[in-house]
Amino acid sequence: MLALSFMRHAFIASTFIAIVSGFVGVFVVARNLSFLTHTLSEIGFAGGAFAVFIGWPVLNGMILFTMLSSILVGQMSIKESRREAVTSAVSALFIGLGILFLSLSSANASSATNILFGSVVGINLTEVWQLIYLSIIVILVIFAVYRQLKFTSFDAIGARVSGINATLYSVIFLIILALSVSVAAQIVGSLLIFILLTLPAASAKYFTHGVAKMIGLAILFSLLGTWLGLFLGYITNWPVSFFIAVIEVAIYCCALMKQKLSGAE
Amino acid sequence: MSIVTVSNLTVAYGSHRVINNLNFNINQGDFLVVIGENGVGKTTLVRSLLGFIKSQSGDITIDPQTKIGYVPQFRNIDQEYPLSIRDFIALNVRHSYLPWLKKSERQRIDQVIDATNLQDIADRPLGLASGGEKQRAYLAQALLPAPGLLILDESTASLDNEMKYELLDLVTHFQQQGLSVMFITHDWGLAQHYGTRFLRMTEDGYLTGPINELPQPEKEVK
Ligand SMILES: Nc1ncnc2c1ncn2[C@@H]1O[C@H](COP(=O)(O)OP(=O)(O)OP(=O)(O)O)[C@@H](O)[C@H]1O
Ligand SMILES: [Mg+2]
Repeated sequence: MLALSFMRHAFIASTFIAIVSGFVGVFVVARNLSFLTHTLSEIGFAGGAFAVFIGWPVLNGMILFTMLSSILVGQMSIKESRREAVTSAVSALFIGLGILFLSLSSANASSATNILFGSVVGINLTEVWQLIYLSIIVILVIFAVYRQLKFTSFDAIGARVSGINATLYSVIFLIILALSVSVAAQIVGSLLIFILLTLPAASAKYFTHGVAKMIGLAILFSLLGTWLGLFLGYITNWPVSFFIAVIEVAIYCCALMKQKLSGAE
Repeated sequence: MSIVTVSNLTVAYGSHRVINNLNFNINQGDFLVVIGENGVGKTTLVRSLLGFIKSQSGDITIDPQTKIGYVPQFRNIDQEYPLSIRDFIALNVRHSYLPWLKKSERQRIDQVIDATNLQDIADRPLGLASGGEKQRAYLAQALLPAPGLLILDESTASLDNEMKYELLDLVTHFQQQGLSVMFITHDWGLAQHYGTRFLRMTEDGYLTGPINELPQPEKEVK
C-alpha cells in the first residue's frame, strides 16, 4: 500500500501527528485540560471554515483561530471556578461561526466533512512538510521548557511555592496545545481531536508511573491507532478516523480494566 | 547568626489586615514553632517570607546564602495521581534545561529518598501512599535543593500521633546537620517536644522567645 504516494504521505503525516499527540497529551491529562482541548478543536473547526471561506489552506485558519483563542481563554481561565462555563460559551460561539462561514462560502459539503472528520488520505506533499515542521516546533518547545512544564503540570502547588512562574508556562503550554490541535485535526478531524490528544495519554497513566515513560507509551498508543487505522482504512475503504477512534477507545478500556483488576486484588 | 529577620511587618489582603506589626527572627539551627489559632495569619506570614505577597510596611531580611524549602499546607494529590514517589520528588530538580536527569541529579534524588526513609516505596505511585508517606515525599521534594531553612505548614495535621513524631524526628535529624526549621502547628505537645524557640500568634499580638517560655494554651486543645 505504501507504493501509492497518497498513502505514503498519509503515513508520514500521521506518524508525526501521533508523536506530537503523545507528547502533548500527557500534559493535557496532567493539567486536566481535556475539556479545553475539546473546545479548541471546535474553535479549530471555525478556523478551518473561515479558511475555506476566504480561500486559505484549512490548517492556517485553524492555527490562527486556536492560537488567538487559547491565549484569550488562558487569560480568562485564571479564575478556575468559572473556566468550564466560559469555555462552553466560547465554544458555542465558535461552532456557530464555523457554520456561518461554511454557509457563506460556496464550499461543497465535502470540505465541511473534511474539517470535521479529517482527510488524511487526501493530504499532499506540501501539507506533509508543513505538518512535519509544526510537529518539530512543538516538540522542540516542549524540550526547551520540559522541567518546568513537568513541575507545573504534575505538581502545580509545589511548582508555585518553589518560585516557578506558573502563568508563563501555562501560556506556553496553551500555545503548544493550539498548534497540536490544529495539526491533529488534519488527520482525525476537529470532532475527534481528543481521540489522539487525550485518550492515549489517559490510557498510558494507568500503565506506568514516570513522565518520560508515560510520554513513550502515549506515543506508542497513538502510533498503533494511526498506523493500524490507516492500514484498515486502506483495505476496507472505511474512514480512517473511525478505526483510530475504535482502537484508541479499546486501548483505554484495557487500561481501565487493568486498573480495576489491580485495584481488586 | 540570624537568617531571617522580620521587623514591624504588616500584611493585609485589601483592607483586611492580617498581620499587624510583627517582629521575630530565625537563627541558624533553630527549630522555631509558630503556634496560633486558625486564621491568625500563619500561612500568610509564610507567603510574605517567600515574597508571594507584598507587605504593607515593615522589613523582611533573609540571609542571601539561605535557600528556603517549603512544604505547603495543602496539596492536591488524589488516588489517581500517576507519578511514582521518586518522580514526584524529582520534579523539583531544576537549574538545567536538559530534559533528562544527569547522574549527579539522580544521585542527589537517591540520597534524599534514603534520608527520608522512602527507599522501599520510592517506585510506588504517590497517589496510593499513606498520609505519612505522602508527607515524607513532600518533605523530600522540598529538601532536594538542599535548603538552609525548611518551612513546614501544618505538615503533621493529618497524621496520627505516632506518624507525627516519626516525621518530626526525621526533620530533627536534618536540623542536627545544620538545617533551620520553621514549623507551623496547633499542637502544643509537638511544640514543646521539638521546638527550640517559639512564635506565638494571637489576634491581640505576638510573643516570641525560647521554648521554655511558651505560655500554656488558654483553653484545652483537642
Ligand atoms: N488570598 C486571600 N485573600 C483574602 N483573604 C485571605 C487570603 N488568604 C487568607 N486570607 C485571610 O487571612 C486570614 C489569615 O489566613 P491564613 O491562611 O494566613 O491563616 P492561618 O493562620 O494559616 O490559618 P490556618 O491555621 O487555618 O491554616 C484569614 O482571615 C483568611 O480568611
Ligand atoms: Mg494556614
